[in-house]
Amino acid sequence: MSWTPAEPMVSIKNVHKSFGDLHVLKGISLDVMKGDVICIIGPSGSGKSTLIRCVNALNDIQKGSIKVEGIEVNDPKLDKLQLRRKVGMVFQQYNLFPHRTALQNVMMAPVRVLKQDKSIAEETARALIKKVRLEGKEDAYPGELSGGQQQRVAIARSLAMQPDVILFDEVTAALDPETVGEVLETIKDLAEDGMTCILVTHEMGFAREVADHIYFTDRGIIVEHGPPETFFQNAKDSRTKEFLSQIL
Amino acid sequence: MEYIFDWFRVLYQETGINLPFLYDEYDRNRMVEGFFTTIWLSLVCLFFSAIIGIIGAWLQGSSFKWTRRIVNGYIQIFRNTPPLVQLYFFYFAIGTLLPRVDNDWGGQSPILGSFAWAAISLSFFAGAFNVEIFRSGIEAVPKSTVEAAEALGFSKLQIYRDITLPLAFRVVLPALNNNLVNLVKTTTLAYAIAVPEMLYEANQIWSDNVNVTEMMVFLLFAYFLLVGILVGAMNRWERAMKIPGYGG
Ligand SMILES: Nc1ncnc2c1ncn2[C@@H]1O[C@H](COP(=O)(O)OP(=O)(O)OP(=O)(O)O)[C@@H](O)[C@H]1O
Ligand SMILES: [Mg+2]
Repeated sequence: MSWTPAEPMVSIKNVHKSFGDLHVLKGISLDVMKGDVICIIGPSGSGKSTLIRCVNALNDIQKGSIKVEGIEVNDPKLDKLQLRRKVGMVFQQYNLFPHRTALQNVMMAPVRVLKQDKSIAEETARALIKKVRLEGKEDAYPGELSGGQQQRVAIARSLAMQPDVILFDEVTAALDPETVGEVLETIKDLAEDGMTCILVTHEMGFAREVADHIYFTDRGIIVEHGPPETFFQNAKDSRTKEFLSQIL
Repeated sequence: MEYIFDWFRVLYQETGINLPFLYDEYDRNRMVEGFFTTIWLSLVCLFFSAIIGIIGAWLQGSSFKWTRRIVNGYIQIFRNTPPLVQLYFFYFAIGTLLPRVDNDWGGQSPILGSFAWAAISLSFFAGAFNVEIFRSGIEAVPKSTVEAAEALGFSKLQIYRDITLPLAFRVVLPALNNNLVNLVKTTTLAYAIAVPEMLYEANQIWSDNVNVTEMMVFLLFAYFLLVGILVGAMNRWERAMKIPGYGG
């Protein structure tokens, strides 16, 4: 419990995860230090989403350990609320609350979960909406926003909980090519502000630019990893090479 | 007003069309009481059947097998038996088992009167349908939206109240309104246990005046108007609840 910033903020050790008979994660280990931006890449179905969903306990794990600031996720007595206050998440399909305006989407969790005062939460929410460059869209409903705008509201919604680390699961995969840039820009701002980020992405150019470390997963294991320069230039494993040649 | 009442008295004298509840004060008071009893019974049943629907749908999502079974058993019993039989069951079977209390006239009377039993019986009847309606709405709420709330640290109850229910509610509003309109029509069954609602009072009047035809025509139009107003109000409500940019 006594976590210090000298230790990894997120520490994943030998994690195994199965859905019934389907063994999806087969011993994954990785560490994320405070302020790190790591990217997880790999073919479809390799378990990337499953892995990051385990970090905030949306999926449970069968074996191994995941610690977020010292909180063990694989613990039957886990206080999920305490964990989820530290870990934000942004989804591929945005998953905004469609019956609430952009502003209300951002305010809702601080008011309901953190019991913040409404006026304070609103002030913070307005500032966050400005930060993701959506001033003027406060009162729009998600259905009235473009995909890129919705995704930026989703990022603001996650930030409103003041998480210590944010999980991004292919957050640009559902977007038009023109709007991908605006969302990546927003994430880049966060990374530069020192936010700890775990990103699953297919945007190799982006990964190369913002990541401190890149992990390549295939069939439930980490095949290869390293800082972007070495990772992209001297990939050793044949699977990594094949994947990179297809995608670059 | 007096002028109109007199006009109906003349109408009766000239043509034989007898609407005594319009010119005779005693009958008029009976009809007015019947009208308000129908309205009041409807409102009470609308309220409690909606509550039963909301709570029942929540219990149906319980992780306890027996909770789900009990709710399903309740739905089966009340959906697959005639509402009149249910009403008799409550009034005559359960009503007579309950202790009696001393009344103001030195005698004994049942703890619950016929109005209370009609309200209970019809609420359970309509509630059984409401549980299923709410359940279908809850199932229509995307799992990903619920996950987004989970990831933000919402508790199960908060998710049900703030996300699932409001979204489900909009999906099922047409079906719900349909059921509620049926409920208002079904309140006439309360006649069978002498609840002084509109049909019962009309019966009293035609017994005294031998004007069955007129009373029947009047009743038909009265219910047509009452339900028409209800349907109109609910359609407006459905439009008002529409989320901009969401759904069809
Ligand atoms: N809830 C679930 N129940 C059963 N199987 C699942 C579930 N979620 C994922 N899987 C399976 O686990 C495997 C890994 O899925 P996952 O979504 O983690 O892959 P991914 O690497 O994120 O792929 P993509 O790039 O397509 O998003 C897949 O075979 C998938 O079918
Ligand atoms: Mg995925």
